[in-house]
Amino acid sequence: MAATDELTSVPALLARNARLYAGRPAWREKEFGIWQSWTWAEGAAEIRGIALGFLALGLNRGDHVAIIGRNRPALYWSMVAAQMCGAVPVPLYQDAVAEEMAYVLENCGARFVICGDQEQVDKVIEVQDRLHLVEQIVYVDKRGMRKYDHSRMNALADVEAEGKAGHFRFDAELDARIAELGYDSTCVMLYTSGTTGKPKGVVLSNRNIIETAKNSSSFDKLRPGDDVLAYLPMAWVGDFIFSVGQAMWTGFCVNCPESAATMMTDLREIGPTYFFAPPRVFEGQLTQVMIRMEDAGRLKKAMFDRCMKVARRVGPAILDGKPVSLGDRLAYWIGDKLVYGPLKNTLGFSRIRVGYTAGEAIGPEIFDFYRSLGINLKQLYGQTEATVFITQQPDGEVRSDTVGVPSPGVEVRIAENGEVFYRSPGTFVEYYKNPESTASTKDAEGWVATGDAGFFEEKSGHLRIIDRAKDVGKMADGRLFAPKYVENKLKFFPNILEAVVFGNGRDRCTAFINIDLTAVGNWAERNNIAYSSYQELAGHPRVYETIARHVAEVNASVAQDAVLSGCQIHRFCILHKELDADDGEMTRTRKVRRNVIETKYADLIAGLYDGATSVATETEVTYEDGRKGAIRATVRMMDAATVPPNRTPDRRAAA
Amino acid sequence: MSTEGYTTADGRKIGGVLMEMKNITLRFGGVKAITDISFDIREGEIRAIIGPNGAGKSSMLNVISGFYVPQEGEVWFRGQKRAPMRPYEVARQGIARTFQNIALFEGMTVLDNIMTGRLTLMETGLAAQSLWWGKAQREEVAHREKVEKIIDFLEIQPIRKTPVGRLPYGLKKRVELARALAAEPKLLLLDEPMAGMNVEEKEDMCRFILDVNDEFGTTIALIEHDMGVVMDLSDRVVVMDYGKKIGDGTPDEVRSNPDVIRAYLGVEHA
Repeated sequence: MAATDELTSVPALLARNARLYAGRPAWREKEFGIWQSWTWAEGAAEIRGIALGFLALGLNRGDHVAIIGRNRPALYWSMVAAQMCGAVPVPLYQDAVAEEMAYVLENCGARFVICGDQEQVDKVIEVQDRLHLVEQIVYVDKRGMRKYDHSRMNALADVEAEGKAGHFRFDAELDARIAELGYDSTCVMLYTSGTTGKPKGVVLSNRNIIETAKNSSSFDKLRPGDDVLAYLPMAWVGDFIFSVGQAMWTGFCVNCPESAATMMTDLREIGPTYFFAPPRVFEGQLTQVMIRMEDAGRLKKAMFDRCMKVARRVGPAILDGKPVSLGDRLAYWIGDKLVYGPLKNTLGFSRIRVGYTAGEAIGPEIFDFYRSLGINLKQLYGQTEATVFITQQPDGEVRSDTVGVPSPGVEVRIAENGEVFYRSPGTFVEYYKNPESTASTKDAEGWVATGDAGFFEEKSGHLRIIDRAKDVGKMADGRLFAPKYVENKLKFFPNILEAVVFGNGRDRCTAFINIDLTAVGNWAERNNIAYSSYQELAGHPRVYETIARHVAEVNASVAQDAVLSGCQIHRFCILHKELDADDGEMTRTRKVRRNVIETKYADLIAGLYDGATSVATETEVTYEDGRKGAIRATVRMMDAATVPPNRTPDRRAAA
Repeated sequence: MSTEGYTTADGRKIGGVLMEMKNITLRFGGVKAITDISFDIREGEIRAIIGPNGAGKSSMLNVISGFYVPQEGEVWFRGQKRAPMRPYEVARQGIARTFQNIALFEGMTVLDNIMTGRLTLMETGLAAQSLWWGKAQREEVAHREKVEKIIDFLEIQPIRKTPVGRLPYGLKKRVELARALAAEPKLLLLDEPMAGMNVEEKEDMCRFILDVNDEFGTTIALIEHDMGVVMDLSDRVVVMDYGKKIGDGTPDEVRSNPDVIRAYLGVEHA
């Protein structure tokens, strides 16, 4: 299918942008304390140089090129350069340990690996000792690389220089390969985070990427002058769509932070107009603001509280363009001059036109806080297999408990059992080397099972997601069990970072709680509570009291839902360690791996159900460098106040 | 060892003699801090001076840095005998150091602290710098560029604008190293760079010291208590005890030297 004037591949879009927006900034990266920038024309020249260099190194059509590192223009360029050569870029999670990396590299059979720095090169070499698959390692940052065996290793700058020097040899070949690319050639392969089992390689074609970028860009009226901050993992489909797909389609500028630790400063300096963040980023920022306001002077605090009250009342309505009285508008205008404007500036949100959050449910208070400041924060629902977009919220129709209407070009239907299915131009081609999984996920008509259970709201037509379809279960007496629904309610409390609810097939529900060290630590400091470790703070009696209150509140709220009132938490314990992706307890995108946790902490779960008051346990932990250790703890079990489900909520009784 | 230098186990080429101490004796009144010590430091190597408390290590470092002038003996630096000199003259010669008990400007930012390391390399005068115009401005931009390379190298970008007083100990040590590096020294003196650090900070610091030596080719002389660190890092080690040199050689040689074992590591049980 020859779409819009032959723009059927990412390299073709790049060529168009280099022509159309030649002098506009396309990539920026903060390095050496300054934002270095490249225009579309300059970037296109770099990319071509890298592509020529890849040809010189012997990159073949159909090869897989793994990309590992933090977000940097050079790595984005490498992806497009690989596409030009007819190869398939495969971005990997940079914080993956060597073992996880080995699986993906072996599965895709990567011949070339592009690494950000020495740390990544070391991991690839470790993997290479077993796999013997990788033929060329290319690295961006030269630091510490001098002593390595360079017989099959090159610096990216050298590869590019060699490509440019030899362009007479390779120009014709490269042009031929670019010309072969079409709507059906593979654009990128992304590995799913794997909440269940091994990661699967999702093959996305140019059609998937470009059609999705086109539809979603017009949905939010993105334009060439927009700025995004590229800081989320490159291996995640969202980053590929925002920083490559939409950026290439609309021609906006992709800004890369100096390092992960400077992300907040860089955010403020760039002031993106289009921004995506998972709920935890927004939560973290709000917690920071609140902590700092606690320490502010009385006058400032009074002003902040007063203005925020106005904002909470009328801010969202003003943002949605609903009628608001003149007096309220005036009050909001003053508040904007005094508080909201400066606050948004501090957070780096002064210029935001469109902001998205997704991946997990966001707390209503958090969501409303940002919207009341006048930040157009919206929610979307998507997955890798859909090239992100399934549903999203249109401007002016934003709520914290829905995920919006089907995105342009996407059809959505709900199956008998409540599972959400979709079909769209972004629907993935296949799982790489895994026809069985492809067949079980995508049917012959192109409908894809999301694995999530949800329903459309009658009134608004918006989709609401309750839980993972497979996690929705039945309790021993047949009542519905939806753990995520309860966990999300718990996680909305700033003191609670993670929660895991158990109860499938049992007579009542129990929960593991992870405290949020920032929030609880600050509370401890203000209340003169001394602690020497996370473990000690987590086990503190007064922390238990606070969490017990939160659990009781959640129970009261759950009891009001006729269907899910059985999911109240009867007992809970506060875990002695944070759930961590390095220990396999969460995915790299911070989703809880239920079955892993259930096996690993079986002794604690048993304690929750057999009425023990405390359980002595030992847990294995994995450090960042892969070494293992163990922590011992005695974890206290506590009963929680519940509301009898057969009564009405106004006659609450503590159990 | 010949004057042409040698090659280390990991394949680095070590050059000729950069600094030579000849029969140094240092007295404070009647106390002999250093007695008749001779050794050399070669270009590109990491040279450690170790010894138990009160062995005279810091005194030795102060002799190298020119802060103490020995009563007897000669210090030769880059083929020339060194006359007594002022600290800034030492700095101009290409010697920079860090201190055991951090000596940074606590109220200034990390960036400004590191910029002070380049003072001896600045050419424009006070008046021009105050007006920050023309040559002075261009000069500062050039210096800032160098400083930013060092900030990048030591991975302290997130604290660039943070006042030093607010930093934890381990980071202060790193900032001090950054300031010393900013002077682009030929010879870098480190006075107990790992003192008071936790294991992770020590590992980081080791990495940085090796990287500095590798990337910039800086010759490094260091004093350190932590034996594990010394043996891993250094190419050659001088061992001192009660102001005397009791051993000199590669870490392996020193480790098997009976005098060293007796004086420093304790008596070996047979």
